[in-house]
Amino acid sequence: MTTGRTLLQVKDVTKRFGGLVAVNNVSFDVKEHEVLGLIGPNGSGKTTIMNLISGALKVTGGTISMQSRRLSTLPAHQISRAGVARTFQLVRILPGLSIIENVMAGSAFGHHRQWGHQAWHQAEELLERLGLDEQMHQPTSTLTYIDQKRLELARALAGEPRVLLLDEWLAGLNPTELQIGIDLVSQLRKEGRTIILVEHVMDAIRSLCDRCVVMNSGTKIAEGTPSQVLSDKDVIQAYLGDE
Amino acid sequence: MDIFVSGLLLAGTYALIAMGLNLQYGVARIMNLANGEMIVLGALAAFWSFTAYQISPLVTLLVAVPLSFFGNWLIYKILLRPLVRRAKSQGQLEVDSILATFGISFALVGIMVSIHGAYFTYSFLANPIEILGTTVAQNRLVAFLIAVVIGACLFLWLRHTRSGTAVRAVAVNAESARLVGINVDRVSALTFALGGAIATAGGVLISTFITLDASIGVIFTMKALIIVIMGGVGDIRGAIIAALILGIVETAVATLVDPGLTLVAAYFIFLLVLLFRPQGLFGRRSV
Amino acid sequence: MEARWVGPVVGAVLFIVAALVPYVADGYWMSIAVTIAMYTALATSWALFSGPTHYISLASGAFFGIGGYLVATAMSDYQLSFWLMLFIAPIVSAVVAALIGFATLRLSGVYFVIFTLGLAEMIRNLVSWVQNNFLGSRGLYVLTDFTEDHIYWMLLAVCLAIFLFGWWLSRNRLGFALKIIGNDEEVAKHVGINTALSKVILFTTTGFFGALVGVIIAPRYSYIEPNQVFSPELSFLVVIMALLGGAHRLWGPLVGVIPFTLIWEAITISFPNSTTLFLGIAFLLIVYFIPNGFAGLIEKYWSRMRA
Repeated sequence: MTTGRTLLQVKDVTKRFGGLVAVNNVSFDVKEHEVLGLIGPNGSGKTTIMNLISGALKVTGGTISMQSRRLSTLPAHQISRAGVARTFQLVRILPGLSIIENVMAGSAFGHHRQWGHQAWHQAEELLERLGLDEQMHQPTSTLTYIDQKRLELARALAGEPRVLLLDEWLAGLNPTELQIGIDLVSQLRKEGRTIILVEHVMDAIRSLCDRCVVMNSGTKIAEGTPSQVLSDKDVIQAYLGDE
Repeated sequence: MDIFVSGLLLAGTYALIAMGLNLQYGVARIMNLANGEMIVLGALAAFWSFTAYQISPLVTLLVAVPLSFFGNWLIYKILLRPLVRRAKSQGQLEVDSILATFGISFALVGIMVSIHGAYFTYSFLANPIEILGTTVAQNRLVAFLIAVVIGACLFLWLRHTRSGTAVRAVAVNAESARLVGINVDRVSALTFALGGAIATAGGVLISTFITLDASIGVIFTMKALIIVIMGGVGDIRGAIIAALILGIVETAVATLVDPGLTLVAAYFIFLLVLLFRPQGLFGRRSV
Repeated sequence: MEARWVGPVVGAVLFIVAALVPYVADGYWMSIAVTIAMYTALATSWALFSGPTHYISLASGAFFGIGGYLVATAMSDYQLSFWLMLFIAPIVSAVVAALIGFATLRLSGVYFVIFTLGLAEMIRNLVSWVQNNFLGSRGLYVLTDFTEDHIYWMLLAVCLAIFLFGWWLSRNRLGFALKIIGNDEEVAKHVGINTALSKVILFTTTGFFGALVGVIIAPRYSYIEPNQVFSPELSFLVVIMALLGGAHRLWGPLVGVIPFTLIWEAITISFPNSTTLFLGIAFLLIVYFIPNGFAGLIEKYWSRMRA
């Protein structure tokens, strides 16, 4: 699915929290229309990288850029406007807003700005596409877990981002929901969206990712197609330990 | 030198008061805006027992502090715990506790004004004494020494005892503290009470050398808050240094420029802290 | 009639009724009407910022004081006209608000409350000092031909402007941004909202309207003293009235201001020494029993009646 043009570039990125090095000199590229999986054991620095890309955290060293534009010096809201949208590891919907307003929040200020009727229609369409049209007029408090996740995804898509960051978007779903979730992401992939996803679910990684970057203790230990990296000796060792 | 010595002596009491507020905010998670009223209550108790019964403020200290401890414990149990329970987030608790402690503050001011509406003027140990080549009133020195002793006891208690460690654990992470078997609710209530008692002690001490009135509490609340923020929430060493800075700058402004500008000076420092070190003097910038 | 027009139409009718009050009210009720109009303007403007963001501002007294003090100084010492100051003072105050906002609104709400808590007192000290040492402490007079009726109408116009601004805000990106910020500031940043700037802009409008009210009300007192116009108590009254009414609705503060002003008036006359105590009790009652204000109660009963 890739055209080969690099969209997002992570170069020599380091993040320190006090004495702890959470991300150590990591580099990788994300190509246009590519789904890149960011995998690794817990605490290996995957979510930290997501937070660095989205601007929730500031890099200690190195750069992150989108084509020629440097993102790593920008505040989060400007990164969002440049075209990076995300979901959060622990779902964060806006409880005081209606469901449709939750989606419009993503388009009102984001990369591709919309407001008024246009934004409303787009939000309705997105909700329909993600299978939330029946719940559209309910309060957010009645949503099930997967529906909250769908809503968050709709919000991220509403700004028509150039890069979509999905931080364990499939975590915590039951088997039926998981299949729905995987189908949804693969649909996004077919549309040619550029996605970085942090994931633990191996089935999802195999079926969704074009390429994977594997992290362990803050460093990149492997990069390649899912089947390549999952058979890599270092990767197996990182997941299962020495034995 | 004059300025330094008087500033230092003033800072002793400020540091003590800020320590109390720090405990309340850092451990019980209550931004207590009625803190200044606990100070004024201490001052009122000292004034009243001295003028009515010629009781030394040092004796009053021994009675007022336990009373204040009990009173603040009741305030926490009756008024503040329901807010802690109903709060869905730290943000909501902050807003609720700010409003509730404003209410408590006003109610206390109202009651104190009806008890004694005028200045709390009395004279205790007002004789001059010379230290480091500067003449100061004995009462300032005594207040400073007592503040240092109380502060040191508090510090040692927090560092080196089992109960002190429990308090620090709750300050770091209430959820984890609960998991290791600490009764967070009880620790919070007792810490809040302790913070109030410390403020009252500070009030008794301060009343020996500064004339207060019933409605001046808010000024002390402001100063204590500025010290806590400047020092960094939960940072005792930072609070002591911040109190020193505030005490000396205030004294300098009062002697060199105009006594009416001490609050302006405090604000100026506050503004600098907010602009350049919002995480406190020694704190790390958190994201 | 379409549902979304009910609010504006009811509002317009109420506004016309309010504008006719001076033709029926006597001196006593007129003075109460002026007080109500003044607090409606201050509390509604306060709620436009603090309602969605949950940042409790205690700066009303400072802004109000800036307005009153500037108009008095300008008219007594520099022979400038009232109308010019009606224009200049709010701008000065808005600039002050913007500066405070940039310093404090990047940080958590606690820092902001604390900063605004002593603000009126601090500015008062500063102004007194400047006046005593450099300007000479002469009295400041605001002498105009305005009657209570004129002041009332001017305040009513300010109220109208604030309501229109609030209405505009509710259907505009900035208002939407504030709502999102109040829900989750982290999400707000990640959907592209410049959160600090949005908060500062709204806080600036509070500063603007606060001073505007301060200028308009100054002729009522004619003799202005810094001690009187920079009143910390005013900041608290504004907060109480807005919360009592409900800060989450545009019309909320109004339903708090009217009953509170009447009760407050009665208490200051009958128990002049217990006002502070009453203020404290009012705060506690609101926090514990009506956290969403009268507007919250009204909405609850309304939805129950329809259900």
